[in-house]
Amino acid sequence: MTLPNLDLPPLLPEIILIGMALLLLVVDMAARFRDARAEGSLMAGLTFASVLIAAGATAAGIGGGDASVAGVVLVDDLSRYLNLVVLLAAGLSVLLAWAYVPQFSRESSSFYALVLLATAGMMFMGKSVELITLFVSLEILSVSLYILTGFNRHQLASAEGALKYFLLGAFSSGFFLYGLALFYVQTGSTQLAEIAAQDSGGVLLLIGLGLLLVGFFFKLAGVPFHMWAPDAYQGAPTPVTGFMSVATKAAAFIALFRVLAAVPGVPVEVWGWAVAIVAVLTMTWGNFAALRQKSLKRMLAYSSIAHAGYMMTGLVAGTDALNAILYYLFAYAFMNIGAFAVAAMLERPTPNAPQDATIDAARGLFDRRPALATAMAIFMLSLTGIPPLVGFFGKLYVFGAAVSAGWAWLAVVGMLNSVVSAYYYLRVVVVMFMAPEDETSYVRSRIPAGAGTAIAVAVTGVLLMGLLATPVFVELGRAVIALR
Amino acid sequence: MTVPLSWYLIFATALFSIGFFGVLARRNAIAVLMGVELMLNAVNVNLVAFWRYLTPTDLSGQIFVVFVFAVAAAEAAVGLALMISIYRTRKSINVDELNELKL
Amino acid sequence: MAIDYLPILILIIVAFLFAAFILGLTWVLGPKRPNKAKDEPIESGMIPFTSPRQRFSVQYYMVAMMFILFDVEVIFLYPWAVKMGQLKWFGIAEMAVFLLILVIGFFFVWKKGAFEWD
Repeated sequence: MTLPNLDLPPLLPEIILIGMALLLLVVDMAARFRDARAEGSLMAGLTFASVLIAAGATAAGIGGGDASVAGVVLVDDLSRYLNLVVLLAAGLSVLLAWAYVPQFSRESSSFYALVLLATAGMMFMGKSVELITLFVSLEILSVSLYILTGFNRHQLASAEGALKYFLLGAFSSGFFLYGLALFYVQTGSTQLAEIAAQDSGGVLLLIGLGLLLVGFFFKLAGVPFHMWAPDAYQGAPTPVTGFMSVATKAAAFIALFRVLAAVPGVPVEVWGWAVAIVAVLTMTWGNFAALRQKSLKRMLAYSSIAHAGYMMTGLVAGTDALNAILYYLFAYAFMNIGAFAVAAMLERPTPNAPQDATIDAARGLFDRRPALATAMAIFMLSLTGIPPLVGFFGKLYVFGAAVSAGWAWLAVVGMLNSVVSAYYYLRVVVVMFMAPEDETSYVRSRIPAGAGTAIAVAVTGVLLMGLLATPVFVELGRAVIALR
Repeated sequence: MTVPLSWYLIFATALFSIGFFGVLARRNAIAVLMGVELMLNAVNVNLVAFWRYLTPTDLSGQIFVVFVFAVAAAEAAVGLALMISIYRTRKSINVDELNELKL
Repeated sequence: MAIDYLPILILIIVAFLFAAFILGLTWVLGPKRPNKAKDEPIESGMIPFTSPRQRFSVQYYMVAMMFILFDVEVIFLYPWAVKMGQLKWFGIAEMAVFLLILVIGFFFVWKKGAFEWD
């Protein structure tokens, strides 16, 4: 028997994160803390440091060629860029959580350990080229996120959102797993490369792909598999909402690309229609439901469903759209987590937990906090897709990929949807700048340093990635060339 | 004589469908969770049968099953924890009474 | 061939028929003189003082949860033990990492009081 060749250095970022997750638990056992705030700061600091180091280790490896570890994960430039998206989302969310979590929980160590494990799970999911690894990494991220969603035990909404997320998530795992099992049946292998080497398709492979797509659409919150998303996003602590709305999508999209590229004998004409229909339903439903929300967080939750729909538009173009989706994911990480960070600043504190902000809470925000209002306006305009902000280029590239793949009508539906979305995004801007302040308005009297930094980084990202859109897009195109 | 592979496939499909029905039809969250576990175990039957009949020399089917077990256990534990946490405040874990979050 | 399983089918049918026959026989032949003491759930012994249908305490679920987690992880030890002869030091190192993670988790839930009954 040959021992598996374990070449661990390419997996350094993941090892750092998992090691830090364990270290947080040990520190919690060993140390005694003055109060929740002191514990929260130490844990957040350690977590943030490990995220930075992991991002540095990933960035250092870009352009360094492909490395396969034990035949189950493939570290290529695509997965390195995915690492960066996920770590960016994690880093911004940790900054936001820094002062947020101690408001309602004394269990900061578990919170950040779960964030790190979810991050590592997402990073593994994007680089797995073997079915068991794909399933296990999907479950690592899902189970961590179930707990994080229900982390605020004093708030019924949080536990309720978590239970719905859990029940539907576990349900979808069943489909996902059945799909993987059928792949194994048809091909006798769990390696994507060996599955791709089969020349014929076979009906089981087709059914398996269908079940697998159902599982992926659940994770991506695609309509009609989205039922959990609004409740889970609204119930979860705001930093978690931002994190999971961005990073889960990133990992699921990249893993989906790897699977779709490997399935033999099932051409894009077959699954493309399924994806196109779900994409249309997702963006239309997400946008129209967002129109009538009063809660800012729930409005952003529906808008996040709509954005999953925009990204799926690129999916029909197959691997040609990979760099467009990667660009969109970076863009989305900056603008969406930024928007959630500002929303968190508008949440009125209560003894147990911060109360959800309504859109009216932003009334007159520009008069009280001009910088915060301007940042929020930039996020909203970018989410709408106004040039020269990053959201515009994201949509441009994704819709462009769909058009050049011959799905022009899909891009048209996407653009019409963007027009609809302008209504509710711009309403926030109007309320902030035009409406007079009244008793419904609220903003924290002091912006915590962590959240302030996160918002500043997000604004910089939105502006900079918009200005440097072309060079970034070209570089991403180089990174994904191997999968074409 | 041996039991043909198709019997296992039919059995697993039936088990999966029973679990699927359980998830859709039951209101109690624990019963829903049991339905999910049936679905996962149906997949396990599939995997072990395939391994035995198609690739008996390659152990990936068996290893897959072991991982599915571990994952199912982790999911069950997390699910139970969430249900306990809701039960403590609500005294009920009926899924259709979860209406804190609405439009 | 399915015909090879015929004896099992016959056995199952016979078992059912026999059970039905015996139960029916006692029901037909047995004298029926009910009284209060006989209607107790346990005819001889202590009179039950609470309903046996009471709910399990939440503590029970806590213990059940912990049991599921740590019990199922042991499953990974079996394939490892079978292949230990070939894996040698590689196997020992891998298992050490696995157990280290598990033990840290174990001590963490212990410290958090998950094993306290009250």
